[in-house]
Amino acid sequence: MTSATDNRTTDGRAVRFAVLRKLVKNPIAAVALVWFAGVLFIAAFAPLLATGGPNLTDLGAANLPPFSDGHFLGGDAAGRDILDRLIWGSRSTVMAILIVTVVSVAAGVTTGLIAGFYRGRFETIANFLVDVVMSLPGIVLLIALYALTGPNLPVAMAVFGLLIAPTYYRLVRSIVVSVRNELYVDAARVVGLSDLRIVGRHVLWAVRAPIIIQSSFTMAAGIGIEAGMSFLGLGDPTSSSWGIMLQQSFTSIYNNPVAILWPSLVISLTVLFLILLGNALSDVLQSSARSKVMPRRKRRAAVAEAQAAITGSPVDAEPAELSSSDDVLLSIRALRVGYPRSDGGITEVVHGADLDIRRGEIHGLVGESGSGKSQMAFSTLGILPKEAIILGGSVLLDGHDLLTDSKRQREARGTRIGYVPQEPMSNLDPSFTIGRQLVKGLRAARPMSKAAAHAKLVGLLERVGIRDAERVMSLYPHEISGGMAQRVLICGAIASDPDIIVADEPTTALDVTIQAEVLEILRGLSEERGLAMILVTHNLGVVADLCDTVSVMKDGLIVEKADVDALFESPREAYTQNLLASSRSVELMEIEQ
Amino acid sequence: MNEPILQVRDLVVRFPGKRGSHTEVIHGISFDLHAGETLSLVGESGSGKTTIGRAILGLAPVSGGSVTFRGETISNVSRAQRRRIATDIQVVFQDPYTSLNPSMTVESILVEPLAATGVQGGRERVRELLDAVGLPADAGTRYPREFSGGQRQRIAIARALALDPAVIICDEPTSALDVTTQATVLELFKELQERTGVAYLFISHDLGVVNSISDRIAVLYQGNIVELGEAHQVATAPRHGYTHRLQMAAPVADPKKQRARRTERLRALAEVADAAS
Repeated sequence: MTSATDNRTTDGRAVRFAVLRKLVKNPIAAVALVWFAGVLFIAAFAPLLATGGPNLTDLGAANLPPFSDGHFLGGDAAGRDILDRLIWGSRSTVMAILIVTVVSVAAGVTTGLIAGFYRGRFETIANFLVDVVMSLPGIVLLIALYALTGPNLPVAMAVFGLLIAPTYYRLVRSIVVSVRNELYVDAARVVGLSDLRIVGRHVLWAVRAPIIIQSSFTMAAGIGIEAGMSFLGLGDPTSSSWGIMLQQSFTSIYNNPVAILWPSLVISLTVLFLILLGNALSDVLQSSARSKVMPRRKRRAAVAEAQAAITGSPVDAEPAELSSSDDVLLSIRALRVGYPRSDGGITEVVHGADLDIRRGEIHGLVGESGSGKSQMAFSTLGILPKEAIILGGSVLLDGHDLLTDSKRQREARGTRIGYVPQEPMSNLDPSFTIGRQLVKGLRAARPMSKAAAHAKLVGLLERVGIRDAERVMSLYPHEISGGMAQRVLICGAIASDPDIIVADEPTTALDVTIQAEVLEILRGLSEERGLAMILVTHNLGVVADLCDTVSVMKDGLIVEKADVDALFESPREAYTQNLLASSRSVELMEIEQ
Repeated sequence: MNEPILQVRDLVVRFPGKRGSHTEVIHGISFDLHAGETLSLVGESGSGKTTIGRAILGLAPVSGGSVTFRGETISNVSRAQRRRIATDIQVVFQDPYTSLNPSMTVESILVEPLAATGVQGGRERVRELLDAVGLPADAGTRYPREFSGGQRQRIAIARALALDPAVIICDEPTSALDVTTQATVLELFKELQERTGVAYLFISHDLGVVNSISDRIAVLYQGNIVELGEAHQVATAPRHGYTHRLQMAAPVADPKKQRARRTERLRALAEVADAAS
């Protein structure tokens, strides 16, 4: 128990320091932080910093211009020192944003947590109430409140806090609803944690960052509302706040036009910095969600450096074993792919791999996760993630390099080179029918009439084993099974009569029985159409079933290349032997009839 | 054989649908799990195998029938009661990426179950657990993201072991892993069973994996058990047609044998089609 709490505080502190360090590195955030800290400091020590009370009048200082002796920012219409009033006014402002934030967080986050975690009737009622509150016109309500309470800043701000609490409620509820279905929350239930501990330990952590980000926007809104209310004359004229100063200097704007500048400047800057701080916080706290894409100049430098490093290395000179045949359709030469690291360097994940695919050949690319096999496949299609960097090598289709010619690559993708992805469901757009997506895809690749495309696709769907193809064309992706979705995608990949298909783990997401059927379809299509295929997989059974030749990848290199019978009979590399042994250890080799 | 440790009797699971309608996904299945044995539930997606595991863990509704653990009913009891009895039943989930809270160190993940039951001396136990699953002792101060899929699954196994459970429900624990990692994790499961005598309810879609680890296998098809028997018999000489289809569909890593199996599979399918017409 104690050790668990200890851990939490140390983890928490480490995380917080890391966040602060990243924030300070961002110049805008650093300035914003300093400004905000300054406002807090001034508010806390106002009695020491101000030369007199907020309502100390000196008739001689009335409407005094700025930078006068003793009155740095001049005096207002009643002869009060503007700088002093700004200093005192910061107290009201800080109090206002504190009340707004505390009330809205307390009300919104608690109800959001309960509604999201327990769902049920509480959620239904809370959702209804939140909708009601959100439909109320806030400023009108606050004006009405004035009639009841008179000028009372704390009450007005507390009510405003309640009015914006729904923002937190919705934010928190939607996050909690997804977090409660996370497996780690299930695991916490199974080990016997109470609901309170699950919420405190697992759920609160997930909502923490969005709440902090949202709070900086709430504070900005709080300042705006306080100023707006006071400007409308709903503030307490005897006290000092930035909003009241704004209103009072506005009434005497013809006598002393400069006086209005100071409160409006302070209000604008504080709101601006709070919003910038919120943006910076959201960048820092949610940075993992964003990929790091290197700027173009840095990318070019990195590529040049990498190429300089390999000039004269044997990788280029090595003759590819299988390229002797003239029939080579697609060949990958010395391909090197890297990803930027957070320290500015580059991690190379494919170190100069060669691959040749002949017409009609099914080539298996096997390896463990992280071996770079998918990177190879994606390079041929030009669909590597944005942050990936091609450090060298070429992908030759009919002797033309696709990596250097993005126009040719675009033309080849989808027409000459088809693609069958791993996750059938996420590769279909849920908002269009199967038919629309397929027809659109086909017509983009091969110009033809809608009717012709439709007829062709119905024929192909039947070919890939879909009975009732006309009906399936009119269905939405969620209405079909995963196996059927994969057939649809295969159909889409072959519709434009490509020469080669790149299939990335096409059966991994499917059940074994469906997998067997899909493999049957792929084999049939390859035989009928002389279709070549790059099959990326980690399943050696699938390779044995479908492939003619195999390349084994390990750590970004192709370590062994052979035709399928030879590789399975006498694997040369220890790594391949190990893969085979692992795979066979869980296999049903003997079948008794 | 000794008294079963976990008994599932006529289990029915229904999920509420729209407007009071219900979808029944498990249609009254029964099986026993004995101390120290491995019983596997094998079936395709949608067969209900994961749901059975979740129903036993209290994460899915038990709409009919009962689940008893050491003679005590654990289905449809209050959370507090369940916490008292059921920490003896633990779980290892399929996905090692989402089953570990990314914000917690490995040590806090492993201490959590201990803290929940009020066990003292957490740190010492964490070291033992890490050692048991073959992770270095300094792993405790690191975060899950610093580990590979196989290592994360070891962390999840260590968490399941923390309370010395009598039963661990393994929900496809190796299907997200590479073949080599899968082999080593399966070895770990076997070794832990020999050492601690824990019983596994092993859920998988892969008859081959199941055959290598199980004592008995139950084959599920659309929410019913179609075949339940001794592992080797079910895996190699199945009695039910569906099991046979499953068995024939799994490809083997040997092109020649696979060719023969493929022919046999297509012949068997043709026979079924003939029989149907």
